[in-house]
Amino acid sequence: MTSTPTGLRSRLDPEPMPRRDFLGMASLVSTGAALLFALIGSMRLPKAAVLPLPARRFNVSLPESLPPGEPYSPPGRNVAVFRDGEGVFAVSLVCTHLGCIVKPTPTGFDCPCHGSRFGPDGSVLRGPAPTPLQWLMVKGKDGQYTVDESITVPQGTRVSV
Amino acid sequence: MRSDASFPTSSPAASPTPPPSGLATFRENLRQTPRRFRESILRGGRPTTDRSRSSFVFGNVFLHLHAVRTHRWSLRWAATWGLGIASLSAFLLTVITGVLLMFYYKPYPSVAYDSIKDIHFVVPTGRFMRNIHRWAANVMVVGVILHMARVFYTASYRAPREYNWVIGLGLLIVTLGLSFTGYLLPWDQLAYWAITIGANIAQSPREVTDALGITEWFDYGGLQKLLLLGSTEVGEEALIRFYLLHVMILPLVLVALLAVHFWRVRKDGGLAKPVDADRRLPPIEAGVYPVFTEAPAKTYQIAAIVAGRTPAVGHGPEQTVPSMPHLFYAELGVFMLTVAGCLALSLLSDAPLKELANPSVPENPAKAPWYFLGLQELVAFSAFMGGIGIPTIVILGLALIPFLDRERAGTGEWFGGPGGGRLVVEALVVGTLAAVAVEAFVIQFGWLREWFPQVPQLAVTAINPGTIITLIYAVYSLYLVKRYNSPRAGALGLFTCFLCGFVILTVIGTYFRGPNWGFYWSPADWPGH
Repeated sequence: MTSTPTGLRSRLDPEPMPRRDFLGMASLVSTGAALLFALIGSMRLPKAAVLPLPARRFNVSLPESLPPGEPYSPPGRNVAVFRDGEGVFAVSLVCTHLGCIVKPTPTGFDCPCHGSRFGPDGSVLRGPAPTPLQWLMVKGKDGQYTVDESITVPQGTRVSV
Repeated sequence: MRSDASFPTSSPAASPTPPPSGLATFRENLRQTPRRFRESILRGGRPTTDRSRSSFVFGNVFLHLHAVRTHRWSLRWAATWGLGIASLSAFLLTVITGVLLMFYYKPYPSVAYDSIKDIHFVVPTGRFMRNIHRWAANVMVVGVILHMARVFYTASYRAPREYNWVIGLGLLIVTLGLSFTGYLLPWDQLAYWAITIGANIAQSPREVTDALGITEWFDYGGLQKLLLLGSTEVGEEALIRFYLLHVMILPLVLVALLAVHFWRVRKDGGLAKPVDADRRLPPIEAGVYPVFTEAPAKTYQIAAIVAGRTPAVGHGPEQTVPSMPHLFYAELGVFMLTVAGCLALSLLSDAPLKELANPSVPENPAKAPWYFLGLQELVAFSAFMGGIGIPTIVILGLALIPFLDRERAGTGEWFGGPGGGRLVVEALVVGTLAAVAVEAFVIQFGWLREWFPQVPQLAVTAINPGTIITLIYAVYSLYLVKRYNSPRAGALGLFTCFLCGFVILTVIGTYFRGPNWGFYWSPADWPGH
């Protein structure tokens, strides 16, 4: 037991912590803290900093013969590009419910996985989808367009033909 | 018993004989080595007496999780139906066949599918091994669920076994996780779209954060999906992650939990039995259970005085029999039955493999493995509620049961407790009717989104057929608590309803859902493509 320099300690003073208790507590706390930080640090590793994704922007040339309201799906892209009287727009075909690929139909889009149904403008008609299909950024003119899947635009945004 | 008499024996009184030559000793020791090696394996000698049978159990690292003696109540078929051991046996089968499949499987998108085809068509016994792996995994899922039902209906989760019930729930979740992660590995259409759906369920908290408009700052769903897939889409990173989870992380977690689970069974006093189990057992027929085959001798020692329960306090050993051979032979029998069942199924039916994964064209309908089809039915109402909300509520409700039911009556008996079997039958009817009625209503009339297309998403998330069924079950079991004045009665109702809901939703998802997740009485009615 340690004592004060004068060698006197009042009964009312709190007990100083014994050396062994202090060392035990110190090792316990330092181990706990180290484990906690190691856990947080190793949880950081699986959260990728760079995502292995193909380019999200691609060029598309619309065929002259594409009738208004008919979808044009560039191969390998889950996007439908439309041309109507007001202009050109692109709708993502990824269902907003659980990521299945919706199928364009005469009445809009149908999802095969859980039965969501969307109107021609992508708004939800029925089923579990929480939000409308995304409209994607389109740039360009005269049949040559660039679609960017990473940028969404408000419903109804078109580029003039 | 070990005998190390030196060779040759010599008595001090005998005339002095020359000591044996070193070579003779060497030869004789060599000759005795096989016998001594055999004896050195079993520390207590051959298990022929009560005493050596005890040391057979506690002297063996693999067997000493068992008690030395087993109560006759626990050895009855009706006590367990061997379901826990059957699940463990199926798990062992998946481990062995899984390690074998790893010789050829390549977890990379461009070759994964081909390597499965190689295993199926080229690798010697590869197809058989893959079939066993698949069937044993299915048997394990069924076994774990039935085992949980057995423990619940015999009220075996009660104190001091609450903790082991919670560990058991953890084992159920890990078992389903192992099945789910294994599902992606063949990289076929089924795999690709099941994992796409699964990963988006992980992302579905966005359904709530989007509706609240806080996704920009707090995107928990996106984080979950990112951690699971290592990307925003199912691709090579996702395949490696699922492979890692399937062959390393989840098996390690499962084995750790299993160790705790078994150890607690032992430490919590073996299987739960009624207080008067000793009296209710019929007398032992002569020669059936040879007990005390030698004069009772000390078969154990008190290694330490410890606080708390020990397995045999307050009970005489009269109704116990040596675990070797009675328990171990029964366990071996269950193991062999499980193996035989899995092998027979593997010979009869091949594990499926659809066409190569195509990220542009989903299967229609895209169905998860059968034990997830109930969940798929729920997510068809709301992704977040069906995929995360309700499962969390169910798991929490199951975990709470042993802490809410502190009763004693009926422990260790089938359908024990107030209400008993009649209550279970009533709950079966209520649970089935509620699920069928709500489903029939939705299939006939649709739900909020069809009636009011502008309804806010939070309303659909909160009020959908899944939450309605859950609510009915919860209210019904609260009513049972009041009617029988007993939390156990409520638990009986809730668990039975949970099983009913699981079965009904799974059956609807499996047999009555067709293209675009529409309702069809039979696949013959599906529209052609």
